Amino acid sequence: MEGLPPEARDALLLSLKVSLWAVAASLPPGVLVAFALARWRFPGRGLLNGLVHLPLILPPVVTGYLLLVTFGPRGPVGAPLAELGIVFAFRWTGAALAAAIMAFPLMVRAIRLSIEAVDPRLEQAAGTLGASRPWVFATVTLPLILPGIVTGAILSFAKAMGEFGATITFVSNIPGETQTLPTAIYAFLQVPGGEAAALALVGVSVAVAMTALGLSEVLGGWLTRRVSGR
Amino acid sequence: MSLEVHLRHRLGAFRLKADFSAPRGVTVLFGRSGSGKTSVVDAVAGLIRPDAGRIVLDGEVLCDTARGVWTPPHRRRIGVVFQDGRLFPHLSVRGNLDYGRRFSGWGRDRSHEARIVEMLGIGPLLERRPGALSGGEKARVGIGRALLARPRLILADEPLAALDEARKAEILPYFERLRDDVAVPILYVSHAAAEVARLATTVVALDGGRVVAEGPAARVLADPTVVPAGIRAAGAVLEVRVAAHHDDGLSELDAGGVALFVPRIERRVGAAIRVRIPAQEVILSLEHPRGMSALNVLPGRIEAIRAGEGPGVMVSLATPGGTVLARITRRSAERMGLDVGTRAHAVVKSVAIAREDVGGR
Repeated sequence: MEGLPPEARDALLLSLKVSLWAVAASLPPGVLVAFALARWRFPGRGLLNGLVHLPLILPPVVTGYLLLVTFGPRGPVGAPLAELGIVFAFRWTGAALAAAIMAFPLMVRAIRLSIEAVDPRLEQAAGTLGASRPWVFATVTLPLILPGIVTGAILSFAKAMGEFGATITFVSNIPGETQTLPTAIYAFLQVPGGEAAALALVGVSVAVAMTALGLSEVLGGWLTRRVSGR
Repeated sequence: MSLEVHLRHRLGAFRLKADFSAPRGVTVLFGRSGSGKTSVVDAVAGLIRPDAGRIVLDGEVLCDTARGVWTPPHRRRIGVVFQDGRLFPHLSVRGNLDYGRRFSGWGRDRSHEARIVEMLGIGPLLERRPGALSGGEKARVGIGRALLARPRLILADEPLAALDEARKAEILPYFERLRDDVAVPILYVSHAAAEVARLATTVVALDGGRVVAEGPAARVLADPTVVPAGIRAAGAVLEVRVAAHHDDGLSELDAGGVALFVPRIERRVGAAIRVRIPAQEVILSLEHPRGMSALNVLPGRIEAIRAGEGPGVMVSLATPGGTVLARITRRSAERMGLDVGTRAHAVVKSVAIAREDVGGR
């Protein structure tokens, strides 16, 4: 931290803030969407599935541009929100939104797989013991899918830390407001003599990614052992 | 307790049409796999909605498709003991046992729990995880978990089918205690004649989705036309009393004044028990046999002779201890001139009465 230039340090702290918010805000809808896709049969299920996975397939620039058009100051969603004082375009909140949307497919996928692995007969058993549906979800389903939720959260956190294309298109690259780790590395590489700072940030990026991966392994493994009943 | 069941349900090409009522005690749904037993249990528990039907427990209508009544499973207070135990893997044994308490209205009263834990012998397992339990231990915890939710009725869906013979012998007495000590009504699903003979107060025999026989256990099991038993598994159940234990490893039973000798059983003298005598272990003799190794001879009069396909016939012999079934060849029956009303003796080797065929009443 101490060895970093101030812009680089700001970029790291902002990236952490943006990614944490992105993960925290997308967890509840992520669990809901994963549950709906894994368990419910409803009209539009295929459409929802496609929509969730779209950011994975679209060029990130396109996703960023669509966000700008939709959530921009004159966009169909952005304009009414701006009236309420909620602004996304060119703010850190916008960076968080872009990161959340780009990381959403990874999160939903991990959680959905864990929900599909839950034996519905365990939930039936809980029902015969007197537990209502919401209680069964809270005391049986949720604990059993916790490893998937943790894995999904850490994966999407790592993805959010590295998000570049959609972020720079939607909220630009404003130091201190929307300049995240990747966009800062890009900015340093554009100016003569910036390689040293860029290299330092690259090192930080690698460290953050490795930490997230290690944490995911350790925490995921521990939780899996806990819920496997041994 | 009374349970009244009327069900019509279709699953693909399979049609279930079951009407029966279950009085106090243990009612066994008896049938081969695919006869519709599990569908009946699922409908009573509320795990499936029947196409049409009416289920009434103790006067409370749980399901009546004609009037649009349907109580969800968690409000039925019907405990289910599943074949695989179905314990929650993320909870300890204690956590599993406690799961239903919150809804049972017992609150903090732990005395009942202590009694059930003691009865099932699961005290030493409380802190363990389900993954670290043997099949028999899982089965016992599953029974305890269902009981502690204070059910009005226990459904047991082939709870022993996944266990080996030794584990079955370990668990079956617990169901006998549920019936005799806890006095909770039980609807028990089985395809094993020995289990039915030991547990059932009432038997409802299902075949191809229909009820083919219904009544007291001794009567239904003595009826060779009841399909689920199958000709091989057929056997009569006698209600007997333990008369004495002998030093040579045999116990003497009193079957309506006739002495029966069986391998030593751990019951006190005077206890009323049941023995099942498999039909294919019975030899018929016109005279009282002499100079023969078999110890058990029950005199009687032939009530019925039923021929099936193949070379065998099933003979029902009314003896002082109850009806005994004998499966013999048609050739023997003709050579001996057996007919309804003929006096004959049923001869059974002591060792032919298997230990799992002897149980409490």
